[in-house]
Amino acid sequence: MPYTLTVNGTSTTVDTPEDMPLLWVLRDVLKMKGTKFGCGVGACGACTVHIDGRAVRSCMTRVANVNAAVTTIEGLSEDGSHPVQQAWMELDVPQCGYCQAGQIMTAAALLANNSSPSDADINTAMNGNVCRCGTYMRIREAIHRAAASV
Amino acid sequence: MKAETDTTLNRRTFLKVTSLTGGGVALSLYVGNREGQAQFGPPPAPPTPDVYITIKPNNRFTIIAKNPETGQGIKAALPMIIADELDVDWNQVDIQQADLDPKYGRQIEGGSTAIPSNYTTMRQVGAAARAMVLEAAADFWNVPVDELTTASGVVHGGLGRQATYGSLADAVSRLEPPDITGVPLKDPADFKIIGQPVPGVENFQMVTGQPIYSIDVEPAGMLFAAYHKCPVFGGVVESANVDAIRALPGIQHAFVLDADPDGSGRASGVAIVADSWWVANNARQQLDVAWNEGPTAVENTTRYDEQAAALSSRASEAPAGGGRGVANIGDVEAAFADAAQVLEAEYYFPLLSHAPLEPMNSTAHFKEDGTLEIWSPSQIPGLANPARSAGIENDAATMHLVRSGGGFGRRLYSEYDIEVAAISRRVSEERMEAGLPTVPVKLLWTREDDMHFDMYRPAGYHFFKAALDGDGRLTAFRDFVPSVSSVVPANEFPRGFVSNFMANSIPITPFSIPTGALRAPSTNGVSFVMQSFIDELAVAAGADPMQFRLDLLANPVPEPQPAGGRGGRGGGFGGGGFNASRAAGVLEAVRRMSNWDAAYPTMGNGRGLGCAFQFAHAGYVAYVVDLTVADNRQLRVNNVWSAVDIGRQIINPSRSRNLVEGGFIEAMSHMMDWEITIEGGAVVQNNFPEYQPTRMSHAPSSIEVEFVLSDNSPTGLGEPSLPPAIPAITNAVFNATGERIRRLPMKHDGYRWT
Repeated sequence: MPYTLTVNGTSTTVDTPEDMPLLWVLRDVLKMKGTKFGCGVGACGACTVHIDGRAVRSCMTRVANVNAAVTTIEGLSEDGSHPVQQAWMELDVPQCGYCQAGQIMTAAALLANNSSPSDADINTAMNGNVCRCGTYMRIREAIHRAAASV
Repeated sequence: MKAETDTTLNRRTFLKVTSLTGGGVALSLYVGNREGQAQFGPPPAPPTPDVYITIKPNNRFTIIAKNPETGQGIKAALPMIIADELDVDWNQVDIQQADLDPKYGRQIEGGSTAIPSNYTTMRQVGAAARAMVLEAAADFWNVPVDELTTASGVVHGGLGRQATYGSLADAVSRLEPPDITGVPLKDPADFKIIGQPVPGVENFQMVTGQPIYSIDVEPAGMLFAAYHKCPVFGGVVESANVDAIRALPGIQHAFVLDADPDGSGRASGVAIVADSWWVANNARQQLDVAWNEGPTAVENTTRYDEQAAALSSRASEAPAGGGRGVANIGDVEAAFADAAQVLEAEYYFPLLSHAPLEPMNSTAHFKEDGTLEIWSPSQIPGLANPARSAGIENDAATMHLVRSGGGFGRRLYSEYDIEVAAISRRVSEERMEAGLPTVPVKLLWTREDDMHFDMYRPAGYHFFKAALDGDGRLTAFRDFVPSVSSVVPANEFPRGFVSNFMANSIPITPFSIPTGALRAPSTNGVSFVMQSFIDELAVAAGADPMQFRLDLLANPVPEPQPAGGRGGRGGGFGGGGFNASRAAGVLEAVRRMSNWDAAYPTMGNGRGLGCAFQFAHAGYVAYVVDLTVADNRQLRVNNVWSAVDIGRQIINPSRSRNLVEGGFIEAMSHMMDWEITIEGGAVVQNNFPEYQPTRMSHAPSSIEVEFVLSDNSPTGLGEPSLPPAIPAITNAVFNATGERIRRLPMKHDGYRWT
């Protein structure tokens, strides 16, 4: 089936099965590899993208149900200048780094709605994003830092 | 004398210089043939020098990162060492990942070995390159070398003379290289890069979503494969409806691969190949496979548990003979008979899966000319088994090392390379038969595949008995381990600090589940049981648990016969045996950091402090944990203090702190939720909902890290930070509530995170 999607501001038409998750449309059809596969059941957050500004798990979102603009990690900023991306680099957050695209997308959506989140707000927003390497201390600090510069 | 000179010459290790087209010079490490090698078998192939440093005319420096990167930060750490001795600025350096090649020596991520086994060589490489640049400048200006200085990739010659390394590259390429072992190294006080917090070299790529991971590798025309294996370990495909699968929309290939247990080790399965991975994987739902499950299908965790309990009646049996991995020092039975107090306790920790966030995958291209190219995320990359699996010779295969999304020991086992090699060959053959060009194939496992087909951290059943005298001193310590490939703590503390010590083991059979190394192998579970039982002894002795450990460490007990292999468990790599003063050093540090002496007596009523230490992979780590346990067994880690002794030099403090925090957070997963259980010879757990990792809301308020700099060679930190975190937490739970945690994971006792 053909589906027309707007991804990072660009409209594109893909021909896929209707139940193909957005994650695999992004990765295997559109060849955008920034959004990551971790669990396939919405339990780790590695595949987080924005749809209409909300953080959603692209592994659980069928392409047929995508009815608003999609933003991926590649489109969060043109040059890595988003305050969340900057804070992640300044605090040297990543270890293996595999989860960080999803962490950053969730954090960016949080800050878009709450410019000064408490630790409790961060816990609530970020709990669906697993970091297997355990960089939570730095993620928390980086969100506070990004909030200060938004 | 002459013979000695020859030996030196034969063993010469020097830099080789190659001038580059378009300017610049490449400096490679050349390890000369060792004497005797030529006397046996065919003459060795001339060694190819491994390029480590390229000096470019624009004064930029490309430095090779030789080891696989899984998140431990080695891609920065080894080049940092070279760059510092070369005396260039870090921002003048471009890093290039090496391919797999024997010329680089060991290219392994495992055992926290990269720093201890490369630190000196990497320094020598950088220092020798700098020495050549200096010599070129000295020739050019006709001044003695010792009048020259360097900084930021520039040679200064007094009188305002200066020359960039890049401008000297040509001259360097005409010099006779020095033997690198003779080149003086920097005074560590002059390090400019080593010891500085250097951010991860690919942070920008990570935060902008660039395709740097193994799962992102996509050479032109690539197809995607799923591989469906028998959930029962060792089970094989008898038949499968591959014709029907092949007829599904989007499926390009579907076929059965036989098991190859005596060759590559490949497991039997059904390969499904499509032009998107989701289509290939989704077709597994239509698969109809007849399995021969084999003998492992009778195995269950409850059977292992029952056997362990039955075997515990033999806990007093002394180990037969002087076998490795067991110990029998003094006479524990006599000490038990004489004791003022005897304590017994049963401990258990389960099988664990590694669960790195990037599921297993690998990419391969079997080409028309019979060669195989592999892009591998392996921690211990090797060509032999993938080549065997594809039915080709080793030298027909090449391998690129690709960054992986986490290792933790999982990628020490490379079944994905072995599977994709055979899948790629079959796909290429089918395509060639159809008159099509060959294309690369990526194999990707699901999270469920990853959890079902791991090499699991072995479980541990520990039956302890120990004795205290009337003064609360430890007089005997015994551990009995009914073993499922388990670690027997035969060389662990308190061995060497108690007069009577016994560790023995009897295997549980059958046990056919594949086991392997998980971050901090051997101590990741053993630290929990040993440091917890020692805590029990401290409490029974009426002692402060911190002081009880320090008192033990201060009073070594010479053993009547050579211990043999002290430090083999937990020591293992690069650091020699257990050093009591280093262990005491990290304990004293956390005691001070946490204000233990003042705080410990005030605890109780749901607030607790716990401590533990561990010697692992040549490093010493101690923790103090401050936590709160609510009435409903909700646990909250408040503050954590960690002291770490990994020698006199921390290469990259930013990454080192991150590894300590990460080790602690991982330990919280092991402790609260993680377990793999077996039913019918297969793994029960499927995905993260049944195998919950630590999450943001569980993370402590703070983890304070202090590096105790002892005068020892620098060693690794990937592993040592994990093991003692678990007993530090469970000991704090006891301190808070009086309830001793003897069985992991704690969720089975009704605990959960706040």
